Amino acid sequence: MEAVLAISIGVLFGSGVWLVLRPRTFQVITGLLLLSYAVNLFIFLMGHAKLNQAPITPTADIDPAQFADPIPQALVLTAIVIGFASTGLYLVVMLASRGLTGTDHVDGRESST
Amino acid sequence: MIEQLYSHLIILPILVPMLSGALLILFSQRNFSLKFGISVLSTALQFAIAACLLLLIERGHWQNGVGVYLAANWIAPFGIALVVDRLAVLMLLLTPVLGLGAIWYSWVRWGRVGVHYFSLFQFLLMGLNGAFLTGDLFNLFVFFEVMLAASYGLVLHGYNSARVRAGMQYIVVNLLCSSLFLIGVALIYAATGTLNMADIAARTPALATPDRHLLHVGTTILVVAFLTKSALWPLCFWLPTTYSTASPPVAAMLVLLTKVGIYTILRLWSLVFSVDAGSSAGFGASVLLWSGIVTIGFGIVGLIASQDPGRIGSYSAIVSSGTLLSIISFGQTLTTSAALFYMLSSTLAVAAFMLLVELIERIRNPAAAMLALTMEAFAIGDEPGESAGVAIPGALAFVGLAFVFCAMIMAGMPPLSGFLAKFGIFHALMEGHEETSMGYAGWTLVTVIVVSGFAAIISFMRFGVRTFWASPIAKAPRLQVTEAAPIFALVMICVFFTVQAGPLKRYLDRAAASLHAPQGYIHQVLSHAAVPGPGGAP
Repeated sequence: MEAVLAISIGVLFGSGVWLVLRPRTFQVITGLLLLSYAVNLFIFLMGHAKLNQAPITPTADIDPAQFADPIPQALVLTAIVIGFASTGLYLVVMLASRGLTGTDHVDGRESST
Repeated sequence: MIEQLYSHLIILPILVPMLSGALLILFSQRNFSLKFGISVLSTALQFAIAACLLLLIERGHWQNGVGVYLAANWIAPFGIALVVDRLAVLMLLLTPVLGLGAIWYSWVRWGRVGVHYFSLFQFLLMGLNGAFLTGDLFNLFVFFEVMLAASYGLVLHGYNSARVRAGMQYIVVNLLCSSLFLIGVALIYAATGTLNMADIAARTPALATPDRHLLHVGTTILVVAFLTKSALWPLCFWLPTTYSTASPPVAAMLVLLTKVGIYTILRLWSLVFSVDAGSSAGFGASVLLWSGIVTIGFGIVGLIASQDPGRIGSYSAIVSSGTLLSIISFGQTLTTSAALFYMLSSTLAVAAFMLLVELIERIRNPAAAMLALTMEAFAIGDEPGESAGVAIPGALAFVGLAFVFCAMIMAGMPPLSGFLAKFGIFHALMEGHEETSMGYAGWTLVTVIVVSGFAAIISFMRFGVRTFWASPIAKAPRLQVTEAAPIFALVMICVFFTVQAGPLKRYLDRAAASLHAPQGYIHQVLSHAAVPGPGGAP
């Protein structure tokens, strides 16, 4: 379970980094999205992956090892919202740049090759 | 009862800009004077609140000089705690001062070229104040994002293709940093099981070895995010482009944004890796020191190579970041207090210089400035920007003198505060090391700082001579009182620091001393009791 998660995080993060380094703004934004998926999964895994276990309990008299940690879930929720908003903002800037420069190259002009 | 109410002051630096920013959205750009008035009022109010907090701390209202506010009334490691201490108050005072300068400067033109400029500005202040006040890592992330989201909008302010290009790179760099920030926070949580900074610090000494390694990895990744914001080499390549293309009042505020990264590093590092932290004590100090020195070197090369005033200002900001980070890494009370003095004076001077850049550009190339004005005038509406304020005589003399003052502070020449700051740094490095003795690291740092001052002198002198004396097209610029006054005020604050250096330095000494004795901070945060409910239940 954890191995599968770890491998997927690695693949997502690797692809994200590669895409961010590409010259087209669309590739960059896709890379940023993949990176944020990887980071969100990573935060989840930090709560130690648990299947089918409740995060919040009604009574105080319990064994914590039987329950999932609720904090990473709360963190992921916040991180998703913030990441989504800032990626949306980047999308707007990307469109503005496309409109102003007429190219989707990150430098605002095609390379001289 | 009154005693209880005092602690509510702590959350006001976040609430005031948030509410006034929201209020400003409601007014249309036609009520420009009203919008301007509200934002000046709100920023002045933030300054007043910070001054009250300073008084409360100095009068010993809070034990150890640390005030705690439990948002939602949950006790510390579980709920959200806001913490104010001497260092936080210092930053809370500096923020509205720079903010007022920048807002004041925006009266003539920059406030009029975009729609929600003043709201964004207030949200930026909210993020900054929040980042200074927060006591836990995840809220730090949230406030950083608030600050950055506002700064994205402000960097694009005065919309043209250069700004959009710079803004795009700025946003990508900061989104990547946010990812690193989150990974770091997650690792620290995995290692210590808490996000509250005081609780992390309390748990660090007792960590098992595997968890300790995890904590080190987590902090390293987290600090990479802060170092990118504070422009440490090799993470500083985004800075000159962004700063030199941003509109002048925004660039002045961006100067403070680099200091937020440094503030956070100082706060976390002195808290978590203090002398009490067992085998983690002083983790990463040498990395900070040497990369700081390399950063100064990079800044020197950049300073000498730059012809454009915006880039000179940007590289000065990089030099100042490098100097600060390398001095902080010594982790002594004396060095930290010297670093804080340097931070105050260099932040104000670089910010004043960033405002001045536009006026200098008008001397160098009046035609281009006019062209830029007409290109950006699309949003001004019925009121032409030039009509606001009164044009002052002797403009060339003012710009020249302001340039000389800023240059003297940034280069660290006597008699202004820049010199005192550098003197304080050298004094601290040479005196404050009875036990560690000033090794080759200290001497290297002293040498590099001296050389950086020399490079700044060369760069400023070359630029000043070319612009003010040798330029064939030098022509007195049109200058409004509202443009000159904030620059004058910022420089005068530096002069004030020079005159009142004694009391200020004693305050900074106290701030640094409490920073390097984190037990008081930890104890205050973790032992702060929740306010009892109406029924007597907590």
